[in-house]
Amino acid sequence: MVSPLGLDVQETWKNIVAGKSGVAPIVAFDVDAYSTRFSASVRGFDITPYFSDKDARKMDIFVQFGMAAGIQAMLDSGLEVTDANAHRVGCAIGSGIGGIGQIEKNTEIVARSGPRKISPFFVPGSIINMISGNLSVRYNLQGPNLAVVTACTSGTHNIGLGARLIALGDADAMLVGGAEMATTPVGLGGFAAARALSTRNDDPAAASRPWDRDRDGFVLGDGAGVLMIEEYESAKARGAHIYAEITGFGMSGDAYHMTLPPEDGRGAAAAMRNAIADSGVPVDQIGYINAHGTSTNAGDLAESRAIQAVLGSAAETVAVSSTKSMIGHLLGAAGAVEAIFSILALRDQVAPPTINLDNPDEGCVLNYVPHTAQQRTIKHALSNSFGFGGTNGSLLFSQLD
Amino acid sequence: MSSIEERVKKIVAEQLGVKEEEVQTEASFVEDLGADSLDTVELVMALEEEFETEIPDEEAEKITTVKLAIDYIKENLA
Repeated sequence: MVSPLGLDVQETWKNIVAGKSGVAPIVAFDVDAYSTRFSASVRGFDITPYFSDKDARKMDIFVQFGMAAGIQAMLDSGLEVTDANAHRVGCAIGSGIGGIGQIEKNTEIVARSGPRKISPFFVPGSIINMISGNLSVRYNLQGPNLAVVTACTSGTHNIGLGARLIALGDADAMLVGGAEMATTPVGLGGFAAARALSTRNDDPAAASRPWDRDRDGFVLGDGAGVLMIEEYESAKARGAHIYAEITGFGMSGDAYHMTLPPEDGRGAAAAMRNAIADSGVPVDQIGYINAHGTSTNAGDLAESRAIQAVLGSAAETVAVSSTKSMIGHLLGAAGAVEAIFSILALRDQVAPPTINLDNPDEGCVLNYVPHTAQQRTIKHALSNSFGFGGTNGSLLFSQLD
Repeated sequence: MSSIEERVKKIVAEQLGVKEEEVQTEASFVEDLGADSLDTVELVMALEEEFETEIPDEEAEKITTVKLAIDYIKENLA
């Protein structure tokens, strides 16, 4: 993992449980003309532990983040790729936006110096499937090689569909997740133009405040999350450290609006219901929900209603939090880093907090774990992602029996 | 000012991520210095920038060694 709160899983998780904010003013480019002048950006990232500067130059930063997270996941998994198993190991790592930084840079080059000055690495350095592509080259992964692109649900869909591929027999193990680096002049401007972003420039750390009555939009975040998922018997046979089991995956489409969810959150509810039905886990056994919870007016309320509709009376006791309150919205990487948080919540029996939730908005009546983490019994954890275009996904993770 | 030879070798070293002392005059970009076809395209672009010239694609394709690059620059910029 590479996140606004750390350059690996351990550092990030420690800061998440402690309720720290990774949101700060943007310094990478001049933001004077922007209505939003802060972000949850990755700070202090160094690619050289992972590969050379020469290779890094050929990749957009989102690919570099994804590669770093993928290499971390590969090393942590202990999986050895050999001639015998290489064709059974694949990759599914997506992004919502892709190499927008490289697109901007090369657009400027064309305008200034003409098309002959476009880098030959522009296309292979900025297209979305290049994290999967580059990881497969590095580790000789000859199994399915994919990158699902579904806006802010990309991370969740890549994990869930990777698990489906394993269940269907297309692979035994997959590196899955998402990466994003859209805090660029055009990326920031685009989300600002869509009136999606918080404009709390006087207090960036308080800007991401899911379910709070004073929320005013999401905070753009950057980073990457990659997990190694593996067929259970295969992982067990090689003595792998197994963090959790993926017991349920559900998807749906809102069929409603380009960017807004329906007020009752029915699409979100359908994804959760499908994931829970897929797992066979009773709803009252779900101890934690890592919500999509972006800190937008419409989205937070719709998701909260959807959780009530799906869990019924169990919604009164379940812990629901939004780690986006601390790391902002990582778009196509959000579902991936939040899946990791959900799994660590299972491991450590702790629900990470929703910071900045000072005054729950009308209709926001769940236990959103305000301000500080809560120690809880968590056997099953649900992770939600919803994206522009009305694309929804939910994953249910369970402790190993 | 550095000689053309030194300037070419410096660019090659930077672009291909190798040490300058490894850039022998007779070295082939692909076989000796680990370049792929895209690296050589980018290398020619860097040479164009350094020597403020345009190398036509059909000429660029023939520049496969350090010596051929030096010779091309000498012949066309002298």
